[in-house]
Amino acid sequence: MLLTSMIFIPLVGAIIVLLVPRDREDAAKWIAFLVTLIPLFLAVLLYFQYDPTSVEIQEVVETSWIKAFNIRYHTGVDGLSVTLILLTALLGPICVGASWKIEKGIKVYLSLFLLLETGMIGFFCALDLFLFYVFFELTLLPMYFLIGVWGGPRREYAAIKFFLYTLFGSVLMLIAMIAVYLNSSVDPGLRTFDIPTLISLAQTSGHALADPTFQIWAFLGFFIGFAVKVPIFPFHTWLPDAHVEAPTAISVVLAAILLKMGTYGLVRINFAMLPAGMDFFTNGLGRWGNALAILGVVNIIYGSLCALAQTDFKKLVAYSSIGHMGFVILGLAARNEAGVTGAILQMLNHGVISAMLFLLVGVVYDRAHHRDINGFGGLGAKMPIYTGITTLAFMASLGLPGLSGFVGEALSLLGAYSKFQLLTILSTIGIVVGAAYFLWTLQRVFLGDLNPKYEAIEEINMREIATLIPLGVLTIVLGIWPHFAIEMFRNSVVGLPLQ
Amino acid sequence: MGNLESIRYFTPELIIVVFAILVILFDLVSRGQSSNGTAYLSLFGLLCATIAVLVVGNVNQSLFFGMVRIDGFATFFKIIILIATAVTIIFSMVSNELDPKAQGEYYALLIAINLGMFLMASSANILIAYLSLETVSLTSYILAGFLTRNPRSSEAAFKYIIYGAVASGTMLFGLSLVFGMTGTTSIVQIGQQLPEIASSYPTAVLVSIIFIFAGVGYKIASVPFHMWSPDVYEGAPIPVTAFLSVASKAAGFALFIRLFYFSFGATNVNWTMLLSVVSALTMTFGNLAALPQQNVKRLLAYSSIAHGGYLLMGVVLLSGDGIKAVLFYLIIYMFMNLGAFFVVILVAKEVGSENIDGYKGLISRAPFVAVAMVIFLFSLTGMPPLAGFAGKWVLFAAVVEKKLYWLAIVGVLNSVVSLYYYIRIVKAMLFDPSEDAETLSFSRGSMALLMAFVVPTILLGIYWKPYDFLKDLPLDRFIG
Repeated sequence: MLLTSMIFIPLVGAIIVLLVPRDREDAAKWIAFLVTLIPLFLAVLLYFQYDPTSVEIQEVVETSWIKAFNIRYHTGVDGLSVTLILLTALLGPICVGASWKIEKGIKVYLSLFLLLETGMIGFFCALDLFLFYVFFELTLLPMYFLIGVWGGPRREYAAIKFFLYTLFGSVLMLIAMIAVYLNSSVDPGLRTFDIPTLISLAQTSGHALADPTFQIWAFLGFFIGFAVKVPIFPFHTWLPDAHVEAPTAISVVLAAILLKMGTYGLVRINFAMLPAGMDFFTNGLGRWGNALAILGVVNIIYGSLCALAQTDFKKLVAYSSIGHMGFVILGLAARNEAGVTGAILQMLNHGVISAMLFLLVGVVYDRAHHRDINGFGGLGAKMPIYTGITTLAFMASLGLPGLSGFVGEALSLLGAYSKFQLLTILSTIGIVVGAAYFLWTLQRVFLGDLNPKYEAIEEINMREIATLIPLGVLTIVLGIWPHFAIEMFRNSVVGLPLQ
Repeated sequence: MGNLESIRYFTPELIIVVFAILVILFDLVSRGQSSNGTAYLSLFGLLCATIAVLVVGNVNQSLFFGMVRIDGFATFFKIIILIATAVTIIFSMVSNELDPKAQGEYYALLIAINLGMFLMASSANILIAYLSLETVSLTSYILAGFLTRNPRSSEAAFKYIIYGAVASGTMLFGLSLVFGMTGTTSIVQIGQQLPEIASSYPTAVLVSIIFIFAGVGYKIASVPFHMWSPDVYEGAPIPVTAFLSVASKAAGFALFIRLFYFSFGATNVNWTMLLSVVSALTMTFGNLAALPQQNVKRLLAYSSIAHGGYLLMGVVLLSGDGIKAVLFYLIIYMFMNLGAFFVVILVAKEVGSENIDGYKGLISRAPFVAVAMVIFLFSLTGMPPLAGFAGKWVLFAAVVEKKLYWLAIVGVLNSVVSLYYYIRIVKAMLFDPSEDAETLSFSRGSMALLMAFVVPTILLGIYWKPYDFLKDLPLDRFIG
C-alpha cells in the first residue's frame, strides 16, 4: 500500500491542483508543495521500513490487470529502487519550490509536474515489464508539455526533439518486450511479463529466454530504449537542447531523475535479465572488446570536451551530465561489485549534484536573464552565499575527495581498472577536463573584477537556499559516509549476475 | 436456409430499407419545413436496426441458400457501422456544410449505405461480396460529391468514381478467375477447393488474389489503391470524410477478412508475404505523406491510410489473434478517429478554417476541445495509457508472435513518424498564440458528444476487459 499511495497521491494531487479556482492560483502552489511532501514522507518511511539485509523484494503489491496477456499490477522495491525513489521524492518539493516564480498557467504546470512524479515513482516500483513500460512512457507527455509550453525561446524544437528521440528508443524496447513475453513460455497461458520471474527464467539454461542469440537482440532493443534516455553517445543530441530550453525545475528533474530511468533500466533489464546479451556486449565482440565500456568512455571524454567548449552556463552543465553518466556506464560495463556499486552510487550522486547545478544556474538566470559565462565576472563579491554553494556543487561534481562525486567515480574506476586498464586510464581524461571547465567557469563568473552591469545584483534568497540545502547536505554526507547509501543497495548489486 | 426462413434473420437489413424509403417520403411531405426532422427519423431508424441486430443476435446461420452469413463477426461489424453512421448523422446536424434543402436524400443515402455495408460484413458468396461492395461504392460517390456548389467536392466524387470503377472491375475479373477455376461462388467452397488448384496452378491463383485485393484494397485505401483517398477526404463534407474513414474502412476489412481468411488462407501461394509488404508500404506512405500537410482534414486522410496499414498487419497474419487484434483496433480507431474529426467539424464551424493555422491558440479559446483533441491525437499516435496504445499493443503482439519482426519494427517506427505530424496540431493548439483571442462557445450537446469520444479513448487504454472478452471468444464459432 505504501508504494501504491506514493505512486498515485501525486496523480490525485494533479487533479486537485487543476480544480483550484482561477483567482486563487497561489493556493495551487501550496497544495502542490504539500502534495509532494506526502511521497517524501512516505519515502522516508519506506527507508526505515526497508530491510537492507534481506535479499527479498519488499512492499510487494500484486493484482491482475490485463488477463489476456497475463499482465499484472505488480510493484515492489529492492535497495536500488528505494534509493532512487528517495531521490525522486526529495526532488518533488524542491522542484515545486524552484517553480514558485512561474506565472504562466501555474496550475497546469504544477499538475503536469505531479503527473510526471507519478510516472517516475511508478517506474522505479514497477515489477511487471508492461507496467514498467507504461510508466516509462507516462513521463514523456508531461515532459513534452513542460518543456514546450514553459521553456525558453527554442522550446518547441527542444520539446519535439526530446519526444521523438525518446519515443524512437521506447518503441524498439516495446518490440523487445513483446518478444521476451512470447519467449517466456511455449504455453500462451503461462507467458508472463513479471520481471523477477523473467530474470530467473533467463538464467535457466535451455530456456528460450536464455538463448544467447535471442538475448543479444533483446538486449539491443532494450539498450537503445534506455541509451536514448541516459543518454549514451550517439543518442545524446536531444539532451543539451532539452536542458537549455526547459525551465529550471524541469531541467532538475530531467537531469536528476529522467536520466536515471535509463541507467536503472539498464541495471534492471539488460544487466539482470539478459546476462548473455550483456556478455556479448561486454566481451563478445572480438577486437572491439568491451563495447559497453567503450561507449562509457566516449561519453566521458566527449561530454567533458563539449562542456569545456560551452559559453552557455546551462549547456555546460548539460554536457557535464553526459560526461558523468559515462561513469555509470563504465562501472556497469565492469560487471564486478566495485564497478556496479560505483555506478549506482554515481547515479545517486549525479542526481543530487546535477540537481544543485541546475538550480544554481536558475538562480543566476532569474537575476541576469542570460546564461553567458563570459558575461558575468566578479559575482563573488556581490553574492558570497551563492558563490559558496556553487563552489560546493562544482567541487562535488569535479570529484573532490570528501564530497559525494568522488566516491562514485572512484569506485567505478576501481571496478573498471581491474577489467580494462587502457579504457580506464583514457577515461581519467574526462576527470581532468571536468576539473578544468568547472574551475574555469568559477573563475569567469565569480572571480576577477565585478562586471558593472551587476552592481545591484541580489543575493540568493531564502527560498532558493531552502531548495539547495537538503542537496548540499546530502553531497557532504554521501562524500564522507557513502556507506549508508551503499548499504541500502548492496544486496541489489550482489544479486546481479556479476563476473 | 431457404429464402422464407431467412427473412426472420434478415430484419435489420429490412428495417434499414424501410427507413431509407421513409426518410425520403418524410422529406417530400415536410419539404423545407424541418431539416432536423429527417435526421431524427434516420437516427430512430438506426436505433431500430441496432435493436434488430441485437435481437437476431449471435447465431451461426447461413441465409438465402448460403449467400449471407449471420455470425458474431457480422454482428460485430454491423454494430460498428451503425454507431459510425449514427455519429455521422449527428455530425451532419452539427456541421453547417450541408445545404438544408437537400438533406432528405443525404440522410436516406447514409442509411441506405448501411445495407451495403451489412452485406459486406456478412457475405458468404463472392456475388454478394461484389454486389455489396458496389452498393457501398455507388452511394459513397454521391455522398462525397454532395457539396454541389463546391468544385473540390465534385472533383472528389469524380476521382472516386474513376478509381472505384477500375478497382471494382479488376476485382470482378479476379473473382471470375476464381469462379472459373473452382466452379463455385461460395466463399467456403472456394476455400476448400483452392489449395488443390493452387498447388498445380500457383500463378493463376496468385493473379486472382492480387486482382481481388485491388477491389478490397481500394475500399480500405491501401497502397497502391489509395490515390483517391486524400482528394476525396479533403473534398467531401467533413461528416462524410469521417464516415468513409471509419465505417467504409471497417466494412472493407470485414469483407477482406471474409474473403481472405476463408478462401485463400490455406493455399500454398505466398500472398501473405506480399500483403505484409503492402501493409508496410501503406503505413509508411500514409505517415510520410501526412508529414507536410497543412490541411487537417487531408492530414487525417493520410493518417487514416496509415492506420489502414496497421490494421492490414493483423489480417495478413491469418491468425485468430491477428483478427481479434483487428477487431479491437477498429473499436478504438472508431472512437479516436471520429473524435478527431468531430473537433475538425467544430473548429471548421466556429473558426472557419480547416488549416493547422486555424487551430492556433485553441487552448485559450476552447480549452476542453483542445484538450480532447490532444487526447485523440496522442491516442492515434499510440501513447500509453491511451486506448490507441492498447490497440497497437495487441496488433504488434500478434505480429511478433508470428515472428514477423521486420514488420513490427516498421510498424513501431511508423508510430514515431506519425507523432511528428500529430504533434504539429498539438503544438498549434497549445504553444502558438492565436490571432483571435475571442473564446469560442459550443453547444452542450456537442460537448457531451465530444465527451462520449474522450471517455472510451482514455478508458480502453486502462481497462482492458473488452479485449479479455474478445480474446476468450472461440474463433470458429465467432466466424462460422
